[in-house]
Amino acid sequence: MIKHFPVLVIIIPLLLALIAPVAGRINRIYSWVIAFLATLFSFIIAAILLYQVMYSGTISYWMGGWEPPWGIEYVIDYFSAFVLAIVAFLAWLVTIFARKSVAAEIEEKKLPAFYGVYLLFIVGLMGMIVTGDIFNLYVFLEISSLTAYALVAMGKSRRAPLAGFRYLVIGTVGATFILLGIGYLYIATGTLNMADLGARLPGLFNSKLVITAFAFFAIGFSIKIALFPLHTWLPDAYTYAPSAVSALMASTGTKVGAYGFIRILFTVFGVRVFLEQWVSVPHFLIAVSSVAILMGSILAIAQTNIKKMLAYSSISQIGYIILGVALMNPTGLQGGLLHILNHALMKCALFMSVGCITYKTGITSVADLKGLGFKQPYAMAAFTVAALSMIGIPLTVGFVSKWYLAMGSLENAMWYLIPVILISSILMLVYFWRVIDNIYFKAGKPIAEVEVSDAPASMLIPTVVVAALCLVFGTLAFIPVSITEKAALLLLG
Amino acid sequence: MDVVTSAMPLYAILISLVTVGLVLARPQKPVFREFCTVASAIVKLLIVLSMLPWIRQGAIIKYHLLTVLPGLEIALRVDALGMVFALTASFLWLATSFYTIGYMRSHYEEDYANDRSVDRFFAFFLIAMASAIGTAFAGNLFTLYIFYEILTLCTYPLVAYDKTPEALYNAQKYLAHLLGTSLLFFLPAIFLTYYYTGTLDFSTSGIMSGNAPDSVLAITFILFIAGIAKAALMPFHAWLPAAMVAPTPVSALLHAVAVVKAGVFTFIRVILFIFGADLLKELNPGYYLAYFAAFTIIAASLIALRQDNLKRRLAYSTISQLSYTILGVALLTPSGVTGSVLHLVIHAFGKITLFFAAGAIYIVTGKTEISQMDGIGKQMPFTMAAFTIASLSMISLPPAGGFISKWYLSMGTIEAGQLALLAVLAISSLLNAAYFLPIVYRAFLKPTLAANGQQVNIAKIKEAPVFMVGALMVTSAAILCFFFEPGVFLDLARMIVAAM
Repeated sequence: MIKHFPVLVIIIPLLLALIAPVAGRINRIYSWVIAFLATLFSFIIAAILLYQVMYSGTISYWMGGWEPPWGIEYVIDYFSAFVLAIVAFLAWLVTIFARKSVAAEIEEKKLPAFYGVYLLFIVGLMGMIVTGDIFNLYVFLEISSLTAYALVAMGKSRRAPLAGFRYLVIGTVGATFILLGIGYLYIATGTLNMADLGARLPGLFNSKLVITAFAFFAIGFSIKIALFPLHTWLPDAYTYAPSAVSALMASTGTKVGAYGFIRILFTVFGVRVFLEQWVSVPHFLIAVSSVAILMGSILAIAQTNIKKMLAYSSISQIGYIILGVALMNPTGLQGGLLHILNHALMKCALFMSVGCITYKTGITSVADLKGLGFKQPYAMAAFTVAALSMIGIPLTVGFVSKWYLAMGSLENAMWYLIPVILISSILMLVYFWRVIDNIYFKAGKPIAEVEVSDAPASMLIPTVVVAALCLVFGTLAFIPVSITEKAALLLLG
Repeated sequence: MDVVTSAMPLYAILISLVTVGLVLARPQKPVFREFCTVASAIVKLLIVLSMLPWIRQGAIIKYHLLTVLPGLEIALRVDALGMVFALTASFLWLATSFYTIGYMRSHYEEDYANDRSVDRFFAFFLIAMASAIGTAFAGNLFTLYIFYEILTLCTYPLVAYDKTPEALYNAQKYLAHLLGTSLLFFLPAIFLTYYYTGTLDFSTSGIMSGNAPDSVLAITFILFIAGIAKAALMPFHAWLPAAMVAPTPVSALLHAVAVVKAGVFTFIRVILFIFGADLLKELNPGYYLAYFAAFTIIAASLIALRQDNLKRRLAYSTISQLSYTILGVALLTPSGVTGSVLHLVIHAFGKITLFFAAGAIYIVTGKTEISQMDGIGKQMPFTMAAFTIASLSMISLPPAGGFISKWYLSMGTIEAGQLALLAVLAISSLLNAAYFLPIVYRAFLKPTLAANGQQVNIAKIKEAPVFMVGALMVTSAAILCFFFEPGVFLDLARMIVAAM
């Protein structure tokens, strides 16, 4: 049984995803219950897998008993176990949050279908993480992308279908690039297993085919993770999606895309080629991600819609992850990996607390939030904690990321990246403090006449838990660091 | 040097945080929240005092709380320098807690008992005190940075307390200066320090020596100076006058003592315990800093001359006086450092008395401008007597404590052979006289005129509530005591110098 955990973590939610819409026909609530059980199960398995990896090293699972590279291999190492645990945990929390939030934002008759698609999205993400086969990665990528388009389009706003369609067009272009990249690598090497590719590719780095394949991967994944300037699908998608979907996608969707990119960079191509032959690649990525960090924050300042502001902020944060990765030294890479966790927590808390606002008031504009801090104290406290964490106040997770990225930059003698990181902090201070001022300190006529209270406990508890984790992992940062330390060393070989 | 491991410094920080919980637990009667505040201030002072004997014997108290990351630890350390700051802050906190009760009762009358925002006011005040003590007892630069940032954040609601557009605008200015500089300059200075030395622990001989190339040392030094905006060195001073929109107890304790002293304290820590006196003497950037401080001393005094609003005049005076401390430590001579440490204490007592008086005048008469204060000394003799003593201390005339610290600072400039700086100190004294004595003159010697130009006879003494007057009498008495017996603070300052 334990032997089969790496595949069960996919199969069980996949089966439940198919059952959820059917069960929802009997009673609407069943489809949520199934989604809840599926994500809870995945989280438990993911936690056990993480534990196993920490005590007995990398787990390799051969699908159907076929030995790799002929069969499909699932690989759980430090890196995949770490990201899998984050995704499964947040998916579970968001599912708890979703029950009331989604019921308020989506027509009742669509609910069973929603939870079916929702679970498939999570399955797609988890599949991308556990698989060791590059084509299998593509399949799961498509599952998560197609479902993501549908989830976005289900938003309440009239503009949601358009946002979903736009995401579909751009996302499909990205996926196609990735598919072509895979095809080219297969032509060059005749294998699809990542580890096997990693062993065969050295020596082929002068081949135009391999170079093109890499370029396609880079573009494809840049679209998928919304790396500036290929980010245009993201703001509308996050803004018009249902609150729970925004929270889930912002915290896990782009992170798993980044996971895929990191796998391609380090497991398939290997770090040595970037340090020795293709030295311009990391430099290029550093330049692009620096621009992303700054532009995302600058664009976020210009927003008046709070969800859109958070969406642009995500674009900046993706820049942090890629910056850390592109530094290609253990400290910097660790910063990038830690930021996968840290940003997932912060953004999840932010989007969920905004979901709490939407649930009670329907407010979307920052200026309308006046006085809300005293009407929805818990949700707004969660928002404030997460916002301080984004700014990078010490003892929050944001500070930890910044610390590793700065140290990584110094190790590469790239001191000029530190101002980039810190100026972005200042920009975040500007746009987050505007919200904090509105919710706590601005006098004026808020929604005073309307009696607004905090969102129901089923929404508040996940929100507060995630916000609290921003403090816990910021203070006890050695816990995630003990994992990312090993993951970074593993990736850098 | 003995090292004692004890959790006492942790308790000194925690006591205020525990009280936050009690204050916010919606007490039925306001007297409960008052009792909690005063009781915790007393306990805090006692805890700090209980550590004094160890420190006077030359021991250091250390306490390791937790390791956030390998290399980044939250650790506490009580030494002579930290003790000086903690003693000052916790003693003045006790005085202020009485004063605050008097002030808030009179100012917010009916709202006082029921308004939740008064609870929050006390709560954030307590957090600010916890972080001020935390700054004093921080065992390494990381811990210090944490408390430094928390101090900024938890004073923001106090500055924005009135929620008027003006209060909010000034609060934003406050935050932008303090958090902006600490994120942009202080933090990278910490990055560089850690990257080159591999540690952030304070050490009496400094940790930088021999670890970093000269160019890095210079950059780090400049980043530190620019980053510690709480010390209000020009051009990073504009937040301090802006903070004056806060209620007067906040201006008195936080923006004359806790926040600004946390700034100069951090300066001293960084100069003596991160760079180390020997290294800086060798490289000599100290004199640049000293001249920078000298500029601030004169410029801020000149601006203060032109302020009619009493609190703003006091704020510019604070900017000027803070730079005395910076100047003293930048000289790196024994007397300079002694004077610097003494000035940190004596200025705190003097300036808090002045702010207490300004708040008392405001509560009794509603007056905020100096030009309105003719003859106010007849109405409020105790308040204005205390104001006079504190003014003398600012000018550094005997029999006020300010004379002592100025004496050592002047000796420091002579030891360093910087007679120009001695002249700056002298001119500054004159300027201080020029903007403080006219207030005293107006208060006692000018007749009060009513709006129609008629002279008003004030027959009756009308003083502020007893809690307020009591507090300012105590602090002004302390100023006189310093002149005759600088005692424990002088001993501690000498210990700091001896360890250099």
